[in-house]
Amino acid sequence: MKKENSKLHILTKGFIKENPLFVLVLGMCPSLAITTSLENALGMGVAVVFVLVMSNIIISAIRKIVPNEIRIPVYIVVIAAFVSIVEMVMAAFLPGLHQALGIFIPLITVNCIILGRAEAFASENTVFDSFLDGLGMGLGFTMALAIIATIREFLGTGGITIWGDLGFVIGKDVETGVSKYDIFTKFFTTPAGGFIVLGIVFGVVALLQNREKAKKEAAAKQAQETIKNQFSKKATKEA
Amino acid sequence: MASVLKLAFSAIIIQNVILSQFLGICPFLGVSKSKKSAVGMGAAVVFVITISSILAWVLYKYVLVELEMVYMKTIVFILVIASLVQIIEMFLKKFSPTLYKALGIYLPLITTNCAVLGIATLVAESNYTFLEMFVYSFSSAVGFLLVIYIFSTIREKLNRMDGVMKDIPIALITAGLMAMVFARFSGVI
Repeated sequence: MKKENSKLHILTKGFIKENPLFVLVLGMCPSLAITTSLENALGMGVAVVFVLVMSNIIISAIRKIVPNEIRIPVYIVVIAAFVSIVEMVMAAFLPGLHQALGIFIPLITVNCIILGRAEAFASENTVFDSFLDGLGMGLGFTMALAIIATIREFLGTGGITIWGDLGFVIGKDVETGVSKYDIFTKFFTTPAGGFIVLGIVFGVVALLQNREKAKKEAAAKQAQETIKNQFSKKATKEA
Repeated sequence: MASVLKLAFSAIIIQNVILSQFLGICPFLGVSKSKKSAVGMGAAVVFVITISSILAWVLYKYVLVELEMVYMKTIVFILVIASLVQIIEMFLKKFSPTLYKALGIYLPLITTNCAVLGIATLVAESNYTFLEMFVYSFSSAVGFLLVIYIFSTIREKLNRMDGVMKDIPIALITAGLMAMVFARFSGVI
């Protein structure tokens, strides 16, 4: 029973508790550059999940035969190989997305999340655990990208568009693509808007973390006090 | 000459690597807490970006294209950058201990700086001549140094603040305000 729990924990810890973007602050470059639309963010997320899962599996499988001194170059070559595969597949089947993500596809190679997980997890754990860890971390990162992209695309254009027909439109003129209201400004899809939206999102995350911490501390304090009270009661009874 | 100057100005200010292209955000947030470390990191980045871009451009134009192995570019570039960083580190250790002391600790971090691989890939796939490529990559790196220095001077003051916005959130908002200022320079050209 406990083993099942720990496997589940490896998978789900990347979602919220150790979210690679919000908590570990890794992979900032793509989270600013390609979050101008939800479609791009999801495309990037899928690419990162694939590379992270595959490189975690391979690195975990070869962890015992790689000499310690040259492990980082070996990891980087493994990661770069999978990034090249993603790039070629995307260029062949999703040319539009490939164009939109541009330079940030080869740059998955130097995304700190992937090398970080290779170094911190895959190099010390079994293949299946590493697979779960890669999947969880990748999905957590995709979720974070999707949240930021949704905010930016909605505020920037007045609607969300995914693959043509899906999505919804509130403040946007469908035919011209221009927003009808003043609050939806292009500012949010510019670089400056990206920095500011991400800053505010990180602020909210810090606020939630502080609250969680305060709650835990209060609970711990209460538990301590009840124990203390019980003890003092016992003491008075005995006296 | 005028076009080269224009290219340099655009690469340093308007198309700034950090504020407009989002390359190298990790070191930008990570080592900008003091002026000294920001300048050390920036100088090391200028060094590595310029040399690695030249190598990547030559390798791409004269080796990978000739052999029809363009799909290997990411693997080749990252290996070139990783070994280059290692060689520079060993070279500095032997011949210039003072420079090694100043830049040494930042060099290993540069391999995973996305600005280096990013600029190398950009110039390799562009139609730049050798001179244009050199000016572009050098100016981009100078842009990195400029922005990380300005940012560190602001951040030294921000270190004193407290509350939920301290550290990363306020740093990102500061960067956003700087990005607005830098983007406005596009009217100059």
